[in-house]
Amino acid sequence: MSVDSLGTARPSAAPVEATQRLGLGAYIVCFRGIVWREVLRFLHQRERFLSALVRPLVWLFIFAAGFRQVLGISIIPPYESYVLYEVFVTPGLVGMIQLFNAMQSSLSMVYDRETGAMRTLLVSPFPRSYLLISKLVGGVAVSLLQVYVFLGIAYFWEIEPPLIGYVTVLPALILAGLMLGSLALFMSSVIRQLENFAGVMNFVIFPMFFASSALYPLWRVKESSPLLYEICRINPFTHAVELIRFALYGQIDWSSLAVVVGCTIVFLGAAIFAYNPSKGLIARRGGPGG
Amino acid sequence: MRQTKNVGIFAALLAGLAMMAAAATPAAAYKVFVSNEKENTVSVIDSETLAVVHTIKTGARPRGITLTKDTKWLLVCTSDDNRIEVFDSKTYEHVKNLPSGPDPELFAFHPSGNPLYIANEDDNLVTVVDIHSDKILVEIPVGVEPEGMGMSPDGKVLVNTSETTNMAHFINTETNEIFDNVLVDTRPRVAEFTADGSQVWVSSEIGGTVTVLEAATRKQLAKIKFEIQGITPDAIQPVGVRMTKDGKWAFVALGPSNRVAIVDAKTFEVVKYVLVGQRVWQLALTPDDKLLFTTNGTSNDVTVIDVNRQRAVKSIKVGRYPWGVVAAPF
Repeated sequence: MSVDSLGTARPSAAPVEATQRLGLGAYIVCFRGIVWREVLRFLHQRERFLSALVRPLVWLFIFAAGFRQVLGISIIPPYESYVLYEVFVTPGLVGMIQLFNAMQSSLSMVYDRETGAMRTLLVSPFPRSYLLISKLVGGVAVSLLQVYVFLGIAYFWEIEPPLIGYVTVLPALILAGLMLGSLALFMSSVIRQLENFAGVMNFVIFPMFFASSALYPLWRVKESSPLLYEICRINPFTHAVELIRFALYGQIDWSSLAVVVGCTIVFLGAAIFAYNPSKGLIARRGGPGG
Repeated sequence: MRQTKNVGIFAALLAGLAMMAAAATPAAAYKVFVSNEKENTVSVIDSETLAVVHTIKTGARPRGITLTKDTKWLLVCTSDDNRIEVFDSKTYEHVKNLPSGPDPELFAFHPSGNPLYIANEDDNLVTVVDIHSDKILVEIPVGVEPEGMGMSPDGKVLVNTSETTNMAHFINTETNEIFDNVLVDTRPRVAEFTADGSQVWVSSEIGGTVTVLEAATRKQLAKIKFEIQGITPDAIQPVGVRMTKDGKWAFVALGPSNRVAIVDAKTFEVVKYVLVGQRVWQLALTPDDKLLFTTNGTSNDVTVIDVNRQRAVKSIKVGRYPWGVVAAPF
């Protein structure tokens, strides 16, 4: 596959002129190239694939087993009857897969930048925002693969949403993936070195994951701490999880949908701004690749 | 062509997912009646829409609930009013009251449709009532705190359980006399004959077991024990017992453990515990044996279980402290 060379199709042409000459077909080729590269990269890294699957499964099989009795005392929408903790936590774990995947994909951006691989991508004649969005979609595609394999395994663990739920959850997954991906993309623009990334993982991934409705219903959080409840409520990750939870049962949570769409626009705008070579944060630091 | 192979695997996985159809069983529409102990009402549920369609006002503390053989009348034990209230099962209008003796709790019809055998919890009696002449025919003295009433399909034997004596009393319905007593585990609650009449299943609330007796010899065939991961044994309190007509499955309501056990009625092995509402008490199967309704006392709802899929389908809010439940064949 000569995917890597696609982005460097016209290194000699000036970007602005080239963009004018590029037709829709070229855009599609570029888009396909970037997305396919992400997917292939993921499929070829068997360890990454395995670890991406093992993480939520460990939560499902071990953590959730220990908390089995936590729920079952209240019916919360979209569930129509009492559910075991495993069933409740599944949308949260789907969100976790997408969160980790988004972070990992932005981690690869930092890595690309450090190793200089990003330079080849950025000299392509396409608008940078287009390249970023393509990269983002690539990340989302990878997360979709992970999520569906996870849901497939979870099905045999008696987590059986209605069949239609596997279809209706797709747009929710794409939206949630875009939101988390653009957040991660923005963050990757702020991080200069790979080493700093671990800190961001601690300061972003864990608070986002734990202060959300992924692991426990919000009414439970409210019982113990009203402040934490408010924090959870404004956490965009909570809304991503709720959007997925409702969609998995063929329903739409409108307020979560609005929050996720809104956040996606804001984060993506910020990321595009940050990666803008003339105005953004990259420019201030003296360009990619260091 | 490694990547094509990988993509192939994913495509296959996704296709597999798509095929895992949770085939919903289409069920006929029946009316399900639920007595609400602390609200003095009966909720009427449509088994197709799974929604409460009507609420009937009753006397004080409605518990045991059943239908006459011709399904015209709905009978409710109003325990604190010491009578049986009769309602028209279609118009929901009050028809009349039947005498029952004090504190009626559960009852059973003779298969011919008359008389009615009523357990009087406070009086250590089983009262036999003619539902047409509204007269008490006879009172049979039994153990302390009689409760469960199981009628054999041929109508010859009535099994009554007494909560404090811990016995299943076998009563000859011709002579109205006890001809055998079988000691079971503590606080027997419900006695239920299998459809072929060969076995009686007796649930023991405090003992936490179900004893299966051979009806002809009164010998114990099996004792079913329940064990739920993460639930303390004292929360496992078997009460309601129901069996499918084909003799394949038995369902046992396990009280405060909030579970219904699904038991293989041939091997007496528990195959599954289904999570339902809190303090699940009595059970009723729809006439086609496709849906099981459970009354969840403290969560004030009824959970509907799909019998074939062995999954809870929905929980429906009813009145306060739902206790008894019966499904009508219409």
